Amino acid sequence: MAFLEIRDLGKSYGQAQILKDINLGVEKGEILGLIGPTGSGKSTLLRLIDLLEEPSRGTIILEGRAVSGRPEKERIAARRRMAMVFQKPVMFKSNVLENVTFGLMVRGEGQAEQRKEKARAALQAVGLSGYESRDANTLSGGEMQRIALARAIVLEPELLLLDEPTANLDPRSASAIDSLLQSLAGGRTAVILATHNMMQCRKLADRVAVLVEGRITALGRSEDILGQEKRSGTSGWKVPGSDLPW
Amino acid sequence: MEEIWNGILRAIELIVTLNPEVMEITARSLIISFTAATLAAAIDIPLGGLIELRVFRGKRALVDLIQTLYGLPTVTVGLLVFLLLSRSGPFGSLELLYTPTGMVIGQMILISPILIGLTISALRGVSPHIRDTAISLGANEGQVIRTIIKEARFAVVAAVLIGFGRALSEVGVAMMIGGNIRDYTRVLTTSIALQTSMGNLETSMALGIILIGISMILNLSLSRFQGR
Repeated sequence: MAFLEIRDLGKSYGQAQILKDINLGVEKGEILGLIGPTGSGKSTLLRLIDLLEEPSRGTIILEGRAVSGRPEKERIAARRRMAMVFQKPVMFKSNVLENVTFGLMVRGEGQAEQRKEKARAALQAVGLSGYESRDANTLSGGEMQRIALARAIVLEPELLLLDEPTANLDPRSASAIDSLLQSLAGGRTAVILATHNMMQCRKLADRVAVLVEGRITALGRSEDILGQEKRSGTSGWKVPGSDLPW
Repeated sequence: MEEIWNGILRAIELIVTLNPEVMEITARSLIISFTAATLAAAIDIPLGGLIELRVFRGKRALVDLIQTLYGLPTVTVGLLVFLLLSRSGPFGSLELLYTPTGMVIGQMILISPILIGLTISALRGVSPHIRDTAISLGANEGQVIRTIIKEARFAVVAAVLIGFGRALSEVGVAMMIGGNIRDYTRVLTTSIALQTSMGNLETSMALGIILIGISMILNLSLSRFQGR
């Protein structure tokens, strides 16, 4: 049984079906790439896995136990095994260090000094040493994205959900983040990486799921899925099950 | 006109010489209203947070009702609290009528709709992404509410200052629940009413100037907070 299992998952808002019959499994130490065009449901799927929203149908199972549709107390306990980096991260109105220690604090992990030490190490990992006392809301989009990543990895989550984590970064910073994510592979963390970036997906992901119009149209080893890619004129990549280049 | 001018001069004299009775009344007013605003804030800010962050049937009607109660007539609250605290009322045995504690309770009831309503408005100004981020990082409901209140802290402090100003300037509750007892429950507003009815316009104006002065300081603080 996979660490994370998603069975027959569906999500609707009114008449609009955003996700349909999603079935997925992710093992610890594995990076699953989730690719698909804008509006395909990638962010919604990550929000459902992070238990920020309830699915309309289906079940999310974490290490053999259903965590969706459970009382809030159980959902919090499950959520505290995960961390998510949003596509457009927001910062709390405080300095960088307080932003990065927030998750440790609400989870009741360690003493204040230990939390700060962990946060400094996480900031170093994302290349932002020395930013501790800076006002987090005055930083650039790329810096905020890296702080959001530090805020997630400092929690040492068993499941890391990344929604376009390098979308706002310059190529050099993006490459550094890719290396950091690669270092998580094979460890105790399962990673789901939602991205438009096929190169990044091919570089990092062990397996890839292609999401088109709320449905998984292809799922398999990275090289099998992305190996079938071919240029579609100058408009971008094409992947199995999708007529939409992006 | 001469009477007003003399009144202003007398008022300045009473203030500059730190007239003991005027100072005592001023201090009592500040203590009672500050206590009421602080206790109301401790209850109403989390309550406003719960109302804003929870989804429940009738939420919109409840918020409308709270906002309607912003302009609650002070004499109506005074009458309600009087009935509750009077000897034959449900809390008569506590003997809180004509006491500063009774006045604090009355003022808390008076300013609660303002504090709850303005807290709800302040929290609505916080990006929903902040809430999602806090929840995603593992915060429970109480921690989420605290985080969002912290994000809106300047607007929330402004709400408390508005509540404090309303408590300080009201006269209905202070008169009906406090009874305007000298050296015990007499505050700025009840004293102004009494001195005016007795024809002591100078003292009345001195107290009025102090009340306006405190209101100005409050408004300046408020502008500073709202500007952040």
